[in-house]
Amino acid sequence: MSDQERILKFQIFRYNPQKKGDKPRMVTYEVTEAPGMTIFIALNDIREHQDPSLQFDFVCRAGICGSCAMVVNGQPTLACRTLTSNYENGEIKLLPLPGFELIGDLSVNTGKFMRAMSERVESWIHDQNADKVNFEKLEERMDPDVADQIYELERCVECGCCVSACATKRMRPDFLSAVGFMRLARFALDPRDKRTDQEFYEIMGDDDGVFGCMTLLGCEDYCPKDLPHQTQIAYLRRKMVFVK
Amino acid sequence: MKVIYTDSLVIGGGLAGLRVAIASMQRGFDTIVLSLVPAKRSHSAAAQGGMQASLGATIKGDGDDEEIHFGDTVRGSDWGCDQDVARMFVNTAPKAIRQLSAWGVPWSRVRRGDREVVINGKKVTITEKNEAHGLITARDFGGTKKWRTCYTSDGAGHTMLYTMDNKAIQMGIPVHERKEAIALIHEDGVCYGAIVRDLITGELMAYVAKATTIATGGYGRLYAISTNAVISEGIGNAIALETGIATLGNMEAVQFHPTAIVPVGILTTEGCRGDGGLLLDKDGYRFMPDYEPDKKELASRDVVSRRMTEHMRKGKGVPSRYGDHLWLDITLLGRKHIEKNLREVKEICEYFLGIDPVEELIPVRPTQHYSMGGIRTKASGESPTLKGLFSAGEAACWDMHGFNRLGGNSVAETVVAGMIVGEYVADYCEQNPLNVSTSTIQHFMKQEEKKISDLLVRDFGENPFELKAAMQKIMMDKVGIFRNGEDLEQAVEDLKVLNQRAKKIALRNRISSSNPELVEAIRVPKMIKLALCVAYGAWLRTESRGAHSREDYLERNDRDWLKRTLTTWKDDSADLPEVSYEDLDIMKMEMPPGSRGYGVDNTVHHPDTARREQEIEEIKKANPGADRFELQQLLNPITIPEKFKGKNERIGRGFK
Ligand SMILES: Cc1cc2nc3c(=O)[nH]c(=O)nc-3n(C[C@H](O)[C@H](O)[C@H](O)COP(=O)(O)OP(=O)(O)OC[C@H]3O[C@@H](n4cnc5c(N)ncnc54)[C@H](O)[C@@H]3O)c2cc1C
Ligand code: SF4
Ligand code: SF4
Ligand code: FES
Repeated sequence: MSDQERILKFQIFRYNPQKKGDKPRMVTYEVTEAPGMTIFIALNDIREHQDPSLQFDFVCRAGICGSCAMVVNGQPTLACRTLTSNYENGEIKLLPLPGFELIGDLSVNTGKFMRAMSERVESWIHDQNADKVNFEKLEERMDPDVADQIYELERCVECGCCVSACATKRMRPDFLSAVGFMRLARFALDPRDKRTDQEFYEIMGDDDGVFGCMTLLGCEDYCPKDLPHQTQIAYLRRKMVFVK
Repeated sequence: MKVIYTDSLVIGGGLAGLRVAIASMQRGFDTIVLSLVPAKRSHSAAAQGGMQASLGATIKGDGDDEEIHFGDTVRGSDWGCDQDVARMFVNTAPKAIRQLSAWGVPWSRVRRGDREVVINGKKVTITEKNEAHGLITARDFGGTKKWRTCYTSDGAGHTMLYTMDNKAIQMGIPVHERKEAIALIHEDGVCYGAIVRDLITGELMAYVAKATTIATGGYGRLYAISTNAVISEGIGNAIALETGIATLGNMEAVQFHPTAIVPVGILTTEGCRGDGGLLLDKDGYRFMPDYEPDKKELASRDVVSRRMTEHMRKGKGVPSRYGDHLWLDITLLGRKHIEKNLREVKEICEYFLGIDPVEELIPVRPTQHYSMGGIRTKASGESPTLKGLFSAGEAACWDMHGFNRLGGNSVAETVVAGMIVGEYVADYCEQNPLNVSTSTIQHFMKQEEKKISDLLVRDFGENPFELKAAMQKIMMDKVGIFRNGEDLEQAVEDLKVLNQRAKKIALRNRISSSNPELVEAIRVPKMIKLALCVAYGAWLRTESRGAHSREDYLERNDRDWLKRTLTTWKDDSADLPEVSYEDLDIMKMEMPPGSRGYGVDNTVHHPDTARREQEIEEIKKANPGADRFELQQLLNPITIPEKFKGKNERIGRGFK
């Protein structure tokens, strides 16, 4: 943490589609930097002291819930855990995450997108017995390594950074995107999910699925949870090639 | 007027709300969940440590069962909890975790053979049993006799919430996101849903339902520094309070977690100490054994937080520009362990402090963390005073935590309460027709419309952000870890002034659609009322119990204070809530009050305690052959939904 005070210059995208006649524009705000200041702290400061209409989304403010992804100086990332001291010249440009419906200013509707994604990939254990399981008895055993591996893929926080960084998604609006692939890989790995390769193929075996991916790996570069997109996309591809 | 009808309205899309929704949907009732944010972003996702359930699969949990979990929970609550509810809870927790396992949570598993762990600052090798291989494992947490906290690496809450929400999606349960319940609809003592504001369009809607469940989480954000999410503002509790009929229980019972990072207050999980981490002072000295030779860093949370504060008051804190703090040392756990089981902690240290906890010490300080208080309910989850209103999870005072909750018992409560309360919600939907008059719905709608239009036309007045900051500062300074009559009285007076000022909020940004300032203006007056409930209840309670610690009344006083605080706010123009008390009946307790085993025991005992102890002895003597289940039935017969009555299997002992 540095002790010197500097004035940060925030350039922020402003547009409220709810407000008649409002137009997209960039507005500059100045904020006195405090030690340990994050973009979360700075934006609240602007809202409380300069412009109470400024919209943005934070929930956990600890890099856990995935609410606050936005484009910071050109890079999609979680704003709450981004320290202002990372930016040497003190200039910070904030844009809403592209690829999602804009709610207003820096707030986008990732929730709607993610629910649709979950429905599309059927993001749940497919096992007719899951609801009939006798929970008085010992749980079904699982190899400790397999449990760990599943968790590794389940660490996605649905922030949407991977979606916004994907060139294919920009060209194909219905492209499933890396977050969807990651979810599928997670269930494909899970022995409790009884879906066959054929069933997975039906979800992702086309150009809006894993064969549309150009492996440019914007997803892997920007995933704040460092999920292994490259290996998982390759894994799903291999799995799908052998279907049919 | 837009009206949406359903059977079961659930306000809150965290673990508790989703589980209630699943239960009512499974029973065939039309169900809608409301949430401020996408359900998966609810604060439940932040729980890193784990969930308590007495599975006893790991060798360090060997011999664990419902009785031991019950004892820990009651002792942890400083005998302030409802023992019927604690009993329902411990008996159901193993079922809850096993169900979640079938639904998809990748719980960390036992691996057979030797492994190295850190216990009391030393590396020790433990050997896991062959037959436990692949079962759900557990870690150590504060205030528990066994290793009972089941986890998924460092993401228990995340995986539980994702699994729960995925289940809800599978069942087609609609979650209406970015919607805020701002008032309850009720008529003749029965609740029929809520008035809800769309946070994007600003539209007001009436959600009319047979049963309404509030599962809106805690009220941590009444405090300036809290580990809670910024949306944990207690609005669900406030709208219940504003009915003037529903009661809030034990609002003064607020927990401070020992280890949040300084200055921002983000939590480092209790798992850090559970896995062997130590607390050090400015001299690098491990001080906890001096205060608590037995449990040391793993004493109950309220105890550790107080000991840390005491130690800092002795001048042993590390000075910083943000005030004194202490150190959390996890370096002894090693890189491999930290990067796997405490990775979230590592990320937090890297991003927010710029340090690597594998090599450096973490600056920590006790910080507001959990709300034991909430909407008072019966064991069924229903409000005893407002029919058709249910509550579950952190928002509720179902009351299994009393005056201090154990780590790992909260996410466990959300899913267990979700299961149990969910069944009672479904029963209620089955037994009660929906007959509320349109004029009642209109009345509540108009009332909320008027409040908002008043805000939008007022030219001059108070700034809601400033009021909120003032309230949060009062709570921090005067209603914190250690409390005293003088400060509390002052806090109540100061909050009363804020309460008046909050009636005159004016906005700079006067639009009715998505408008963060308007959101604040709607919430802040509600939050100030809740703050008054907390401060006033704390001032009146002249004893120390669990997390409520009075410097001017050091003893736990069972004789005069073995009772639950109940708060109502009947008259909206009043300055203070009405407070009454509900006795806890020792003669019905399975475990009469005793010592928690920390520091000196200065309890002022209740005359019933000795009587009940003797009675229990006699019952035991009269039934020499009774096993633990029969004994529980004799001492604490509980009603629990049929589905959850069965015994729980464990390795090595079957269903015994
Ligand atoms: C950092 C942290 C770590 C923790 N770790 C652990 C742990 O390891 N183990 C443990 O047992 N416990 C832990 N806890 C406690 C535990 O996580 C919470 O008590 C629990 O998850 C609360 O769940 P809930 O379902 O009651 O509420 P939440 O998960 O908080 O959900 C509340 C829901 O209500 C909605 N809502 C709120 N107000 C409104 C409104 N007015 N209208 C509509 N919707 C509304 C929100 O959008 C949200 O969906 C931790 C808590 C914190 C803060
Ligand atoms: S590899 Fe490239 S195209 Fe494929 S999902 Fe990732 S960003 Fe998109
Ligand atoms: S995969 Fe990574 S970038 Fe994509 S949504 Fe999940 S956490 Fe975010
Ligand atoms: S606010 Fe939760 S990740 Fe940023």
